[in-house]
Amino acid sequence: MRIALAATCIADAMFPQAPKAVVTLLERLGHEVVFPAAQACCGQMHVNTGYLADAVPVVRNHVRTFAPVADGEWDAVVVPSGSCTGSIRHQQKMVLERAGLGAEARTATAVSERTYELSELLVDVLGVTDVGAWFPHRVTYHPTCHSLRMLGVGDKPERLLRAVEGLELVPLEQAEGCCGFGGTFSLKNADTSAAMLDDKVANVVGTGAEVLTAGDWSCLMHIGGGLSRGGTGVRPMHLAEILVSTREAPVVPADRQEVAR
Amino acid sequence: MSTFLGMPATRTGRGPSPDAAPGTLGGVGRPEDPLHWGASFPDAAKAALENDQLRRNLGNATATIRSKRARVVGEVPDWEALRDAGSAIKGDVLARLPELLEELERNVTARGGVVHWARDAAEANRIVADLVRAKETDEVVKVKSMATQEIGLNEALAEEGIAAVETDLAELIVQLADDMPSHILVPAIHRNRTEIRDIFLERMGDAPPDLTDVPRELAMAARAHLRRKFLSAKVAISGANFAVADTGTLAVVESEGNGRMCLTLPETLITVMGIEKLVPTYRDLEVFLQLLPRSSTGERMNPYTSMWTGVTPGDGPQEFHLVLLDNGRTKVLADEAGRSALHCIRCSACLNVCPVYERVGGHAYGSVYPGPIGAILTPQLTGEKSDLPYASTLCGACYEVCPVKIDIPSILVELRAREVELGGASPDAADRVWKAAMKAASFAMADGARFRRAARVPRALRAISRHGVIKRLPFPGSLWTRSRDLPEPPKQTFHDWWAEREDER
Amino acid sequence: MSDARTEMLSRIRTALGTSTPEATSVPREYRAAGEHAAGSAEVLEVLVDRLVDYKAHVHQVAAADLPGLLAELLGPGSVVVPPGIDAAWLAGLAEVEVRTDSREAPLSAVELDGIDAVVTAARVAVAETGTIVLDGEPDQGRRAISLVPDVHVCVVRTDQVVQTVPEAVRLLDADPGRPLTWISGPSATSDIELDRVEGVHGPRTLHVALVS
Repeated sequence: MRIALAATCIADAMFPQAPKAVVTLLERLGHEVVFPAAQACCGQMHVNTGYLADAVPVVRNHVRTFAPVADGEWDAVVVPSGSCTGSIRHQQKMVLERAGLGAEARTATAVSERTYELSELLVDVLGVTDVGAWFPHRVTYHPTCHSLRMLGVGDKPERLLRAVEGLELVPLEQAEGCCGFGGTFSLKNADTSAAMLDDKVANVVGTGAEVLTAGDWSCLMHIGGGLSRGGTGVRPMHLAEILVSTREAPVVPADRQEVAR
Repeated sequence: MSTFLGMPATRTGRGPSPDAAPGTLGGVGRPEDPLHWGASFPDAAKAALENDQLRRNLGNATATIRSKRARVVGEVPDWEALRDAGSAIKGDVLARLPELLEELERNVTARGGVVHWARDAAEANRIVADLVRAKETDEVVKVKSMATQEIGLNEALAEEGIAAVETDLAELIVQLADDMPSHILVPAIHRNRTEIRDIFLERMGDAPPDLTDVPRELAMAARAHLRRKFLSAKVAISGANFAVADTGTLAVVESEGNGRMCLTLPETLITVMGIEKLVPTYRDLEVFLQLLPRSSTGERMNPYTSMWTGVTPGDGPQEFHLVLLDNGRTKVLADEAGRSALHCIRCSACLNVCPVYERVGGHAYGSVYPGPIGAILTPQLTGEKSDLPYASTLCGACYEVCPVKIDIPSILVELRAREVELGGASPDAADRVWKAAMKAASFAMADGARFRRAARVPRALRAISRHGVIKRLPFPGSLWTRSRDLPEPPKQTFHDWWAEREDER
Repeated sequence: MSDARTEMLSRIRTALGTSTPEATSVPREYRAAGEHAAGSAEVLEVLVDRLVDYKAHVHQVAAADLPGLLAELLGPGSVVVPPGIDAAWLAGLAEVEVRTDSREAPLSAVELDGIDAVVTAARVAVAETGTIVLDGEPDQGRRAISLVPDVHVCVVRTDQVVQTVPEAVRLLDADPGRPLTWISGPSATSDIELDRVEGVHGPRTLHVALVS
């Protein structure tokens, strides 16, 4: 398959190890990955903060950049984020329609129908749960709110993790509780956000895991920031960073994976 | 426990306990506007978060209801089909609201009831006060009702010298403490048993002096206190859970039997009901009587549901008045994106699953409608600028449990857009900062080349990072680093890495 | 007042504006009835389970044994009954003062407060929710009589027990004007720390006699 990667703005700028891992993983599985360089952001931050007019140029850029998937030039778009996938699927059309851009709204729908979050792409589209990974560590998984409730990824990420050789998956107490990030919520309601984070951090620490994983670096940045502040030693890693790890090219839990391939 | 909301605007010397020193039992007082009081949401939330007792009370209570609800919803095989029906029925009601209200009016009137229309809180309060005064009584018994909380009916009646006695246990606790409800279903959820005993001992007047804090004893003290009032009351005031247009039937769903007492024993019954509480047909009750109790108290069915149609000669009140209330509802209806907030059947399932509500409680919302539903309903009812649409992480738990499928997260986003428009008209300092930041981000993120350059900017922060993390940033970054570290930005962005890789090929 | 009515209706019409959605048909894919027949053993078993869960006292008896059961439950004291109650049910009562209440000759609330118990029939019962519905007909009486006395003995025929809520509503829909009381266990409150206390203002004791 020819798969276009939407790296997401936050991972592109702050956590490139995740999209790098997606590239390596998909190539290992025998697929071709393209990265349309015109991409920037899906527009979610603007939409969720209420700046719909400012979201329009951002959304238009995303739709224009990934429009070739609607024409069959690529087979799918993969996004290593549940919430960005959710925004692409449930918000972009609304933003463009409100701006009176009907034709582009239709393109946005066509693009979104071929856009998948990583675990969806692997399990539903590519039909694999065992990606040949090796990661001999104790891991706990936080289902991020948007992957869980906006996309309904269900247990796909856990099925992928269970198939990883050497990995011990430990259940997280109150896993489905929000970590308190919520994008600009973490700034506008910083105290409430911090209270939610405290509970999530306590639950993560309670698992005794070395690594906390999730499908969204935004939530991981938040929980990871709390884990780091608390001096817990638990490392946040994106699902892709675990799935890319093999005996030949193992990924070691660390603060940052500067080189993923 | 002291007042934790700072100094809300209260009507001094009014309310149910005018003689008692306000605030001694931790009540927040009765606000001038039941839909808008207290500090801003972030500030009120901060104060609530510092109250460990409150957080424990709320944490235990919401966890208990959540698990009860999950259990009894789980045993209904057609739950999703019931939600679909409930949502569609309410959508149909809004679409046909004028004709259905007229149909309800015809049927209630034909059965001996009198229908009144009230455009706003003042008009509704005036109607009720006049009806009570005509009965020459200075005390009425009340069934718990959100609509009458919303319009501040008790305070309005007090001004006319009429004492309105709340008979629901939690509402009684709230009333005696000169407090405000903090939950739609369990208004005194923020109180624990010891606080409740203290409130009863100090304010009830006839509480046994040796009253302990055992819930059964407290409930029995309330039973004894209210018994005389039930047996002698001439007038009762209630809300309504449902009103059936095609028969004129009203329904009230409750647990304690205080509702039955009020709806059955007095000679006169006055029901105040929001215009959205309609259902088109009697048969529709079969949907809502399954959805509501399981979503609300987490029971298969609530202990008592009363239904009445106008006046039944020889059985129950022989005079029945129905007050149909607008009070901002038509404003909500006018907003296509937000009108489904009027589907709400006041079950409070969204409060119980909300991670924000669970931690800050209901008073932080500064409205009789707290939690996720309050965050979309309150600003729409008042039409005022509000910080409530931002009081959510958009985690979606509320939408998942809503028995009538109100897409609360999407409406929150719509309302945020409205806040931005309102903020644009008369911006404060924060509005200006956000606006500038969002404009700049929009410019940077609308083009790949511009974004590629902008994405390198965080790299500058590597200068202040120690051991791979940044522990302190200047404002507004300090909002983040006050409780979280920021990882050191990477040396190379993904955009740059990919370009380098392509060059190498 | 008519001004308010006119203005509210006009506000609503304006609010709906041109965007008024067509009156939509409501999907009713939910169960219109359960898989078990009214009065079947399966349905009765569920009802009993639910009632016991609510802390109601359930007595399954043959019709012939009902008078004996009532005599046992009511003991010495006073009882109020509706006008249309089956007199045979009360045949075994001794040392019990029986008062009859009717719409034409109602007892006052204070009088009812002085009576220990009430016996009524029922209109229909719903197994899945453990609910008994009274509709105010002569064998069930005014709503006040099943409310004020502290003990309610409710006689339900097994053939009156349906499995689901929609089955009961369909039955009640035949006479929608009747005043209804849906009873699911004795009165209760969970207002103090969500700790359930059975028995508040309504009867604190509910006996259900399931008669086959």
